[in-house]
Amino acid sequence: MSNNWEMVIGLEVHAQLKTSSKLFSSSPNQFGSDPNENVNFIDSGMPGMLPVMNFGCIEMAIKTGYALNFNINKHSVFERKNYFYPDLPQGYQISQFEFPILSEGYINIETGDNQKKIRIERAHLEQDAGKSIHDIDPKYSFIDLNRVGTPLLEIVSYPDLSSADEVINYISSLRQLLMYIDVCDGNMQEGSLRADVNLSVRKKGQELGTRCEIKNLNSFKFIKQAIEYEFQRQINIIDGGGEIEQNTMLFDTSTGETRAMRSKEFSHDYRYFPDPDLLPVNLSQEQIDKIKPLVGELPQDKFNKYLDNYSLDKDIAKIIIAEKQNANLFEKMISESTVKPKFIAAWLVGDIFAFIKENNLEVNSLNDKTKDITDLLRLISDDVISNKAGKEILPKVLNGEGKPSELVKELGLEQVSDSGELEKVIDEALVGEEENILKFQGGSDRVLGYFVGKCLKATKGKGNPKLINKILLERLKK
Amino acid sequence: MKNSISQIKKALIEKKISVGELYDEYLAKAKSGNNNSFNLVIDRDNNISSINDSQNRYDNGNPLPLDGIPLGIKDLFCTKGIRTTASSKILSNFIPNYESFVTQQLLNDGSIFIGKNNCDEFAMGSSNETSYFGPVINPWKNKNSQKDNLVPGGSSGGSAAAVAEGSCVASMGTDTGGSIRQPASLCGIVGLKPTFGSCSRWGIVAFASSLDQAGPLTNCVEDAAYVLNSINKHDFNDSTSSNHQREDYLVDINNSFEKKIKIGIPSDYLEDVSDDILNQIDNTKKALSKHGIEFVDVKFKTTEYALSTYYILAPAEASSNLARYDGIRYGVREDGESLDDIYLNSRTKGFGDEVTRRILIGAYVLSAGYYDAYYRQAQKVRRLIKNDFQRILNEVDFILTPTTPNEAFKIGDKLDPISMYKNDIYTVPTSLAGLPGISIPSGLSKNGLPLGVQFIGNYFEEKSLLQLAALAEKELSFNE
Repeated sequence: MSNNWEMVIGLEVHAQLKTSSKLFSSSPNQFGSDPNENVNFIDSGMPGMLPVMNFGCIEMAIKTGYALNFNINKHSVFERKNYFYPDLPQGYQISQFEFPILSEGYINIETGDNQKKIRIERAHLEQDAGKSIHDIDPKYSFIDLNRVGTPLLEIVSYPDLSSADEVINYISSLRQLLMYIDVCDGNMQEGSLRADVNLSVRKKGQELGTRCEIKNLNSFKFIKQAIEYEFQRQINIIDGGGEIEQNTMLFDTSTGETRAMRSKEFSHDYRYFPDPDLLPVNLSQEQIDKIKPLVGELPQDKFNKYLDNYSLDKDIAKIIIAEKQNANLFEKMISESTVKPKFIAAWLVGDIFAFIKENNLEVNSLNDKTKDITDLLRLISDDVISNKAGKEILPKVLNGEGKPSELVKELGLEQVSDSGELEKVIDEALVGEEENILKFQGGSDRVLGYFVGKCLKATKGKGNPKLINKILLERLKK
Repeated sequence: MKNSISQIKKALIEKKISVGELYDEYLAKAKSGNNNSFNLVIDRDNNISSINDSQNRYDNGNPLPLDGIPLGIKDLFCTKGIRTTASSKILSNFIPNYESFVTQQLLNDGSIFIGKNNCDEFAMGSSNETSYFGPVINPWKNKNSQKDNLVPGGSSGGSAAAVAEGSCVASMGTDTGGSIRQPASLCGIVGLKPTFGSCSRWGIVAFASSLDQAGPLTNCVEDAAYVLNSINKHDFNDSTSSNHQREDYLVDINNSFEKKIKIGIPSDYLEDVSDDILNQIDNTKKALSKHGIEFVDVKFKTTEYALSTYYILAPAEASSNLARYDGIRYGVREDGESLDDIYLNSRTKGFGDEVTRRILIGAYVLSAGYYDAYYRQAQKVRRLIKNDFQRILNEVDFILTPTTPNEAFKIGDKLDPISMYKNDIYTVPTSLAGLPGISIPSGLSKNGLPLGVQFIGNYFEEKSLLQLAALAEKELSFNE
């Protein structure tokens, strides 16, 4: 049915900036406080209160400009977007309109084996509104102004996206970059990253259709559901002979459906005009240049470095760069030890990440255990303990139950690498195995494995398998 | 002539009067309330510790610059713990928990507040007739029709009347398009609007942010310099506050100018004006010519556009600035069935006609499809008006104009808004340019009512502007 239809999607992503205070007031910018705790006279729109710009937000916007290949505009203007709502105490939202701080950027996303360039029209700074809570009381609504005035960077893409997967790829890439440059915590559940999806449909090759905007989606799951539902909804209307109305839609997370919130004819006239309480933002080239070194290594830089300098496999490198905290942990371990990066990487994406996932931990939480981890990896790579023993000790190390070397002793997992002792074991193992010895000498390699296994069993797994192998070969070739 | 701040301070230092006695004298007049110049007179009890502290400083020989001076404060300045209404019903129960920057400076310098002066609602008006608390009566009477109550001008009408009637030594006003200078002129006192950006707007109920500026209404020019010294400071909490170096405005105020001064008189301002008004300009010209000051004709190119520009930009900003008065968090709420009803009822009943009119005008000129034709165009014209002033101030040191086109009129006389708006025709251009202007009394009309002239100076040149005004004042002073 929808085979010859395609969707055209543009996104408005709102990223909450990780500043310590709000965009125009000194109230703390933090999630999870008691209602109306982070509110001062400016936030609550008291008479005569004036906004004062937090320059930290400008610096974060500039960093974003570098990371997303934007033109960083030396001149930008804060305007007032006027509308009435109880969680908007001033009666207007301060936002950038005609002159945004960033324009014409792009990022590359992966689509299958290919890369696709997604153009970004603009990104501008604005204040967030508060929260209206309607489900506490049947008669009254409640207002929490903590979020009022928290800084947002709204990133507006061109309609370059053509599937739910691309949208999710795009948002993931944005999220990854914003977290790398430390301007957004990327926490979608807490609303630090939210998306408005503009979607229209058309028959392949035809002109753009009328779009609908689905507001305020804050999880990948909902984004995918909303896009798929809205795509089908629009196709059904057109197939049924109808026309798409330009509507603002809400996504109902309980039904998985989109429904119209308001139509274009009831759309607000926001009466934007430059905020006379604020001066235009005029940046010098020097101010912009000064921010560049703060951008740091971006994921793609790290990916290339991991392949070139550390010879990691692409798949492993990709897992590590996916989040900055992964890369930070990895690089911290490299800098603190002489264990081969490739060996560290294999353990990191294997057992260490498995442990994190199993215990529902943050990768960051291991930052103070890196020395113990690399000590353990050193013991493994030096054959002091076996791989198997390493896997056994790792969770104890990560749980902070002791130092690796102590744990090895405590649990008696040290490998037997004394060749005299191993020779004895091997000699005993070969007793009565004349038939197998002959087989080996006849060319059957499989027998070697059998003998190694037998020796390991005799050492209760503590025999150094490499050494056992070596001595066995010497014996058998006699 | 009423006592000046320096005379009062001298009397306090010489112990001819105590701070408490001084305060009680002014308080008694304020309490009589004959002219309705106060929305609220502060209880003596609330000021008693300030009075005692001030007296102690005099007794110890280290008084502050404004120590013990009783001041009126326009009811547009937020005053901590003291009801602040902007003369509007919608804020008639509002008590701020913070002190405006400007009034804080005045408190820091030892002054004592008598109360909150009546004004036009949200400072929108030129006659003080739009106040929710009723009109203010000008202490002056027309000698040919004594029984008529006259307007004091506006919007700082209560401030001007209070100073003129002697219920405070000086009052803090605000001026958006003439709201200090015009009532000062109609009440026969001095009114100074400093350069935009001189005095912080923090804590002043906003009308039009790009134009609002605090300034003093005083009995004499020297008093204006006293107050300006206190309030003219950089404030980090107001992004439009200038951080230029401030001067001591008192130090040279009675000195004559060292260099030759040239004053421009805009001939286009004087077309179609009454003899009363022309006389003010002539008097001033004669008085200052004696001091070797040169007068030249200048001509503005933009004067005819100033009022319409102002009545687009000021309402546009006001429509947005007043959006916060919605009855939700503070102020008067009128209930309703739905959220929209609460907004509608609270704002319809909370705002008076003039405020409603300006909100509607403002919303209109900012709305989609009209923005370019009105708001954007007005911003361009404002730029041309600024350039026009700059051009003329490159040729002359100051500009001399009438302050108002007429004397104080009867309460209720000017009913249509346009003729009311025309009252500010000489003060609005200066406001749009952001320049400082001072109105001083220059003589009496045929009806025996005070009139004033306005001197306009260059940006942040309040010091020489006050010096010039003080010089003119010596020659022009009239007795009641």
